[in-house]
Amino acid sequence: MEFLIATAIGAMTTAGIYLVLRARSFPVIIGLSLLTYATNLFLFATGRLAVNLPPVISPEAAAYVDPLPQALVLTAIVISFGMTAVVVVMALRAYLETGNDHVDLPGEASPEAREDDWKLLGRKQGDTARPPSAVEESV
Amino acid sequence: MNHWLILPILLPAVLGAVLVIAARHDRLLSRVFAVASCVLLLVLGVVLLVMASDGSIRSYALGDWVAPFGIVLVLDRLSALMLVLTAALGLGVLLYAIGGWDERGKHFHPLFQFQLMGLNGAFLTGDFFNLFVFFEILLIASYGLMVHGGGGLRVKAGVQYVVTNLVGSSLFLIAVGLIYSVTGTLNMADLAIKVPQVPAADQALLQTGAVLLLLVFGVKAALVPLHFWLPGTYANAPGPVAALFAIMTKVGAYSIIRLYVLAFGADAGEAAWIAAPWLLPAGLLTLVLGMSGVFAARSLGQMASFAVIGSMGMLLATVSVFTPQALSAALFYLVHSTFGAAALFLIADLVAERRGVQRDRLALAPRFAQGTLIAGLFFAAAIAVAGMPPLSGFLGKLLVLDAVRAHPQAVWFWALILATSLLAILGFARGGSLVFWKSHALEAPATASRRPAPVLPFVAVGGLLAVLAVLTVAAGPVHAWLEQASAQVFAPAGYIDAVLGAAGGGQ
Repeated sequence: MEFLIATAIGAMTTAGIYLVLRARSFPVIIGLSLLTYATNLFLFATGRLAVNLPPVISPEAAAYVDPLPQALVLTAIVISFGMTAVVVVMALRAYLETGNDHVDLPGEASPEAREDDWKLLGRKQGDTARPPSAVEESV
Repeated sequence: MNHWLILPILLPAVLGAVLVIAARHDRLLSRVFAVASCVLLLVLGVVLLVMASDGSIRSYALGDWVAPFGIVLVLDRLSALMLVLTAALGLGVLLYAIGGWDERGKHFHPLFQFQLMGLNGAFLTGDFFNLFVFFEILLIASYGLMVHGGGGLRVKAGVQYVVTNLVGSSLFLIAVGLIYSVTGTLNMADLAIKVPQVPAADQALLQTGAVLLLLVFGVKAALVPLHFWLPGTYANAPGPVAALFAIMTKVGAYSIIRLYVLAFGADAGEAAWIAAPWLLPAGLLTLVLGMSGVFAARSLGQMASFAVIGSMGMLLATVSVFTPQALSAALFYLVHSTFGAAALFLIADLVAERRGVQRDRLALAPRFAQGTLIAGLFFAAAIAVAGMPPLSGFLGKLLVLDAVRAHPQAVWFWALILATSLLAILGFARGGSLVFWKSHALEAPATASRRPAPVLPFVAVGGLLAVLAVLTVAAGPVHAWLEQASAQVFAPAGYIDAVLGAAGGGQ
């Protein structure tokens, strides 16, 4: 069991890190999810692995597993779930607003940046459909 | 039990909820609530500061669950100082935002309150896992604030920021898990007792966890090589939000100070001072990189961002000496750099608001409204951040230089601090002369709108700079107080006694 759990955590972390480094929003989000799964499993395993032991008081229990990591994992799951939702929404918004799904920022002097500045100033730019950005062309 | 301790967390939490539910559509009402909350927080912070000044450490057990098992809040001089700092900065930034920024998107005020709640919680909490939870609270609020006002570039920078922090959060949990698995506790005071007892076989796990945790705090504190997210994020965040973020890097610094003195300090056996060998070179590198960034920046916002990185480097390098004297110097510099950097971000925003398409780029653009006044403010803030007399940055640097004299690496400290100060001065001079001086010679086009300026933003920036002036004038008493605070940090027995009671402290 220890081998299986350890391998699973390791494989998920590796895949997660690889995907996060891809720097496109979809792989990054999947990679983040894998990383948080791995983290949750790891946290769970810090309470030591045991079979058929209850975490809370029960009359017929011979021994107990550590209940604290389970509480931690619960909190961590809730937070990571919410965060994944946030990052999905923000990545979608970034894709819709800039027309590409790169996670890295465009260079300072790109026309795209200047266009955004106009948007921030609240001035109309005429059409909303954007030409492909400088970044996308260069890739 | 002293119920004052929970109020800095409860107040913004309740008011944030009220703002979401009741005051969402009424701008005036939400502004009144938000300002009232910040003023109350400041008053509360001062009350707690006065309470903590008698030298006793107070702990508050939530739900009256006893310490190593329940959640505790702990108030000592250091955390009281951070609370006051947060509230004062929050009030200044809020006044600035009311000048117009809060209208540009929904939910600015509730998010702001939740951010303050997370900050206050992180400074008060006495255990690890709640440190993680409060980190998440302040980060979630900061994600919303970061993209406040919208715009493609900002959302993009926001995604980068969120992804970085999510990876950081995963690492945080792994580190907490590692430390828990060998010590069996999450309470910081309890950890201070358990760490020396960890058997040699588990030392590798413990130390890996400790260093991983340092990595996480390093990400929050923008320490080289983990600083990469900061310039893009802060330079693209709305001005007032970036100014509020000036305290967020300090959360990382605070956590490092707290944890690595308390649990991995002198009494930690094999793991004693585990942070020092990593923190010192990283801090000095951060200092060099940040101040070089000030020199090379292409906009005022970037300049301020790199100034934040540089000041964090200076702060953490000083902390890494791990002596009470160095810590009190570092705390003085922390207070100073928080207000200085916030003022710089707000001034960059004032410029960007007025220069049309050039925004705050370091390029020639026609004269703009209130240019002279803003130039004066920039001059004052730049003097403060670069660390020239007469403002408090100079005193902060002097204190640091004095505190590290006996350190074996003192040569590096002195050389790098002085050289980077010169770099920063050059950078600020270059930026100021381009944006204010040379641009001033260009006549404004006839069509340029010269709307009357709202007064509040100037009040806010002036207030932040006034704090720096007060800090300079009152440097003597402030430093004496900070010395007591750092002496308290370096005497963990008092902290452990306060949290665990006589039962834990005697061991």
